[in-house]
Amino acid sequence: MRLINRHPDRPTRLLLVILPFALLLCAYFLGSAQRLTENPNDKLLPSAAQMSDAVKRMAFSEDKRSGGYVLWQDSASSLRRLAIGLGISALIGLCLGIAAGTLPLFGAPLSPLLVVLSMVPPLAILPILFIVFGLGELSKVMLIVIGITPILARDLEQRAREIPVELLIKAQTLGASTWTLILRVVLPQLLPRLLISLRLVLGSAWLFLIAAEAIASEDGLGYRIFLVRRYLAMDVILPYVVWITLLAWLMDWGLKQLARRAFPWYEGARS
Amino acid sequence: MSFIQVNNVWQQYGDHVVLEGLNLSIAEGEFCTLVGTSGCGKSTFLRLLLGQERASRGQILLDGQPLAAEPDPSRGVVFQRYSVFPHLSALDNVALGLELPRAPLLGRLLGQRKRVAREQAAALLHKVGLGHALDKYPAQLSGGMQQRLAIAQALIMKPRMLLLDEPFGALDPGIRKDMHTLLLDLWRETRLTVFMVTHDLSEGFSLGTRLMVFDKVRVDPHAPYAYGARITYDLPLNSKRSEAQAVLANSLTSALQPIPGLTHE
Repeated sequence: MRLINRHPDRPTRLLLVILPFALLLCAYFLGSAQRLTENPNDKLLPSAAQMSDAVKRMAFSEDKRSGGYVLWQDSASSLRRLAIGLGISALIGLCLGIAAGTLPLFGAPLSPLLVVLSMVPPLAILPILFIVFGLGELSKVMLIVIGITPILARDLEQRAREIPVELLIKAQTLGASTWTLILRVVLPQLLPRLLISLRLVLGSAWLFLIAAEAIASEDGLGYRIFLVRRYLAMDVILPYVVWITLLAWLMDWGLKQLARRAFPWYEGARS
Repeated sequence: MSFIQVNNVWQQYGDHVVLEGLNLSIAEGEFCTLVGTSGCGKSTFLRLLLGQERASRGQILLDGQPLAAEPDPSRGVVFQRYSVFPHLSALDNVALGLELPRAPLLGRLLGQRKRVAREQAAALLHKVGLGHALDKYPAQLSGGMQQRLAIAQALIMKPRMLLLDEPFGALDPGIRKDMHTLLLDLWRETRLTVFMVTHDLSEGFSLGTRLMVFDKVRVDPHAPYAYGARITYDLPLNSKRSEAQAVLANSLTSALQPIPGLTHE
């Protein structure tokens, strides 16, 4: 049978899903064990035991200096910044996208501007943010906002344009004004799309967050990783990276579930 | 005075003339079917009536007044596709027409007024045979049911004219027959003026009280867009039906059982 026609059954699929992860872990721990037998003080590939010690230290024992639990404090700070940044971006992106995508008079000046703005590399203007907004929370949140708002706005503008003109005409024959048309027809149709766009920019948002924390911060997951880098503390860095990945994946999954629960009509309407 | 008066209407896009020199006079309550080859301007004429486009020359009068230049609640419309809102249930799709004009700020009614609107919408949906599907989203309805929904949605506004752009073009022949019956029943009850674009000549003949054929009279092979279409045939049809309609309109108004949210007083 041709490869293109062969489908895995359920158990095989499960096996195939697990396989690459298992292989990666296997390769890592084999390499780690080999390096540690050659040099027990090797720091590059820490063993599972070393990493779980580090996790216990960071997550489950009080920090002597601050009296808190470092991992959870870092997570809370980072997630707060991420949530504020994503929230503001989603709101601005939605407004700009709707304005540019539904109202031709707004689209004319906004569309080209958004295209140009989305080409500005956000990390290149990070120094400007630090100069303008100082080294506090604001500049970190602003980096996320500046980085992903143009992308969200452009995507939503495109989706707004894809709403069939028939629906906009129909709404007008049902007595809608521009405002109520946006409120009852455009906005509800764009909300599920916003959740999808948010999932897609989640990776960028984390990138900007960690970049900002690495450069100027006093806590946060990115800050911690760059701090312990000075001591080659791979036993801390690797669990942190896994933890960040897990958080990002959970957010992605959460947004997907939210989209499915809140907008049950969306999947059907697309097919 | 005629209900709709079309005075020397031309429509062209740049050098491309689509319609030329249309002159028509249409009485209230007529069921006009528009037929013709693809690209002959019948849908363009419908868009002019709808207010989606403005005529390059000439004017269209409704009761002696120029038509509003944008779509409004006096003109209902059903397209072949994308006529209903995918994010609203069947009930909300119809109730929307009651909510939008009454709630300029929120676009939705609340409490008691919302319940009344939904009851009216439900009554109309029962009328068009969708009583069992009030809570379904359009994607869960078949093509024919979606068009029933679109018709109900247009009628809840009690428009003065109903514009149909190949509404049954995508439906199976059997379903199409049912839709014809439904449409004629509704037309008799509401005494609406209907304009229906169709590709199906027999549909045009069987439904309409007046059939208009769009075609190009002049063709220049070197400049295919230099001349537009005119109405080459304008046939009165089913005269008994139109007479019955007139009698009904004049004498039986009081005897008719009004349907909530449908009749057109």
